[in-house]
Amino acid sequence: MKEFIIIMLSAVFINNYVLSRFLGICPFLGVSKKLGQATGMSLAVIFVMLMATAVTWPIQMYLLNPNNLGYLQTIVFILVIAALVQLVEIILKRYLPSMHKSLGVYLPLITTNCAVLGVTILNIDEGYTFAESMVNSLGSGLGFFLAMVMFAGVRSKLEGADIPKAFQGLPITLVAASITSLSFLGFSGVVENLFA
Amino acid sequence: MNKLQNFSKGIISENPVLVLILGTCPTLAVSTSVSSALGMGAAATIVLLCSNIVISALRNVIPDKVRIPCYIVLIAGFVTMVQMLVKAFAPALDESLGIYLPLIVVNCIILGRAEMYANKNKVIDSAIDALGMGAGFTFALLLMATIREVLGNGTFMGIEIPWLVDNKISIMTMAPGGFLVFGILIAVVNKISGGKNAKKTFGCSGCPSAEICGKTSCDEKEAAK
Repeated sequence: MKEFIIIMLSAVFINNYVLSRFLGICPFLGVSKKLGQATGMSLAVIFVMLMATAVTWPIQMYLLNPNNLGYLQTIVFILVIAALVQLVEIILKRYLPSMHKSLGVYLPLITTNCAVLGVTILNIDEGYTFAESMVNSLGSGLGFFLAMVMFAGVRSKLEGADIPKAFQGLPITLVAASITSLSFLGFSGVVENLFA
Repeated sequence: MNKLQNFSKGIISENPVLVLILGTCPTLAVSTSVSSALGMGAAATIVLLCSNIVISALRNVIPDKVRIPCYIVLIAGFVTMVQMLVKAFAPALDESLGIYLPLIVVNCIILGRAEMYANKNKVIDSAIDALGMGAGFTFALLLMATIREVLGNGTFMGIEIPWLVDNKISIMTMAPGGFLVFGILIAVVNKISGGKNAKKTFGCSGCPSAEICGKTSCDEKEAAK
């Protein structure tokens, strides 16, 4: 249990996917303008991360590794994720139209999101078991959610600010992201000492 | 457009990182040191060159409806090749790039150039475009890595710089420094170009691969609100 809590907390706070690993920067900068969109996108990411891990981990362990096909990891994973996202979209559209309405528009964007491919590859690289992988994916997704929601709040403050012309738009957003990420540095070392 | 212009547009007027704002993830992540920035730039350029050539050569063969999955498979294949080469001949680079090496697959510069250029142009032009874009990507990475390594670590390619090495601003090599340097660099580019290149919209609508991943849905959502 202790290991799971450590994996979870470090995925959310210390190795936050957006703010310290720089994965999923595109949606972080693109879709964080409004809180509603940020929430929708992050929920879709959590969902796809969990699904992708649940599918790719067994593929790697029971299909690729026993047949010495480990080098096919990148190709297989990206195809599996792309197919999975399509499948999920079709299923949601057919059976859960209300959920499709709120999450559906974000699903196609996730196929080429490096956070999802990143989490599946990292789970294998770190040598996690299936349960640990799922916990890590959930934590990574929650970390993404936290960063998106926090940043949507920061950006709504930026809307009305008086910003020099050259800094308007993306530059000031990046500077704000820098300060947000600075606040996350404060978490480093906390989790290790939690159980010490 | 002659061949030289075609090459140089990737470095200056259409620099993929600083002007088109593509491939932000690897730019921020591997620009902590000059040597890993060079390695990342080279790896991405090789993948871009191969994928542009092959996609351009196959542009009349690949059916339009399934082009994106085809491109992704081709790109993933080249990434795997580069990954194996790096693992075999430059293990230290493999160590420093880590997860970002396989993630070249989802680098939007590569898919973006396939979609915006290679599937409409001849093989030679596509190859030149790839070299230009690759050089532009490497240049931007080097610029960021130089600033971050010199200020944050007091070294340049591992060579110590007197005085700076005793007064390092170590935050520069950490995550916040990446965002900060990138933001300031884009502001400088905006200032120099007089704001005419400034991308006011970024994210979905500004991304070249937006059409692939259903940009319209994102815009509609925005419009609906």
